[in-house]
Amino acid sequence: MELPTQTFRVTRADLVRYAGASGDFNPIHWSDRTATKVGLPGVIAHGMFTMALVGRAVTAWAGAPDAVVDFGVRFTRPVVVPDTDEGTEIEVSAVVKEVTEDGLTRLDVTATCLGEKVLSQARATVRMAR
Amino acid sequence: MSLDPSFVGRTYPPTAPYQVGREKIREFATAIGATDPAYHDPEAARALGHPDVIAPPTFPVVVTMAASRQIIEDPALGVDYSRVVHGDQRFAYTRPVAAGDELVCVNTIEEVTTRGGHGFLTTRTDVSTAAGEQVVAVWSKIVVRGEA
Repeated sequence: MELPTQTFRVTRADLVRYAGASGDFNPIHWSDRTATKVGLPGVIAHGMFTMALVGRAVTAWAGAPDAVVDFGVRFTRPVVVPDTDEGTEIEVSAVVKEVTEDGLTRLDVTATCLGEKVLSQARATVRMAR
Repeated sequence: MSLDPSFVGRTYPPTAPYQVGREKIREFATAIGATDPAYHDPEAARALGHPDVIAPPTFPVVVTMAASRQIIEDPALGVDYSRVVHGDQRFAYTRPVAAGDELVCVNTIEEVTTRGGHGFLTTRTDVSTAAGEQVVAVWSKIVVRGEA
């Protein structure tokens, strides 16, 4: 079963707010000068910010804020966030792989930015709301 | 980038307790756009059976990232932090983190490999309350990029 795609807009302001809230002040997430110096096309989103957005999608599908039992991803491609009002967009979709006897649901998740996958092996196990 | 493989299996001493504040959870939830009342309103969280506001699923990284400095900054291991990129991340929950938790982290190095000139380091952080209740296990794999 496929779950409805959810779209998240990401701007530079979001990255600055996430840096402050998470304590991850790596300059590749706010300084083009630093990002390009280490060979990136420009400022990129924190991998953990992308994962947090996927977490929002997963809890929304599950229908409960405390649904997540297991959640893992591999970061495969950076999410470049241009310094524009629009920023960029991350699309998150998932398929239900399995519903176990003890009431847990296993999801395989896909996250893309500009049509390219940014995560692999993204999986979540959730307890769906009744 | 060559990391010392003899570090596999090493467990570090427990970190000082991290006090999970209600406002910190609200700040983190706001930063990721998570508006569910259980992340913001203690009454909404209590209605779901939690003692106070609960944290979104990736919140523990706030605690474990600080705790992992113990490993990253261990000069004997030899991680050059300026060359580090995040590889994998996983959370396996016993229960959600809630405001009021006092969390202690125990870091273990699970895997150290070198492939294609890059170093790979997998750590497991067992996050429990100061009283010893298991809350969440967190795995993180970092890649230390070689000098190309």
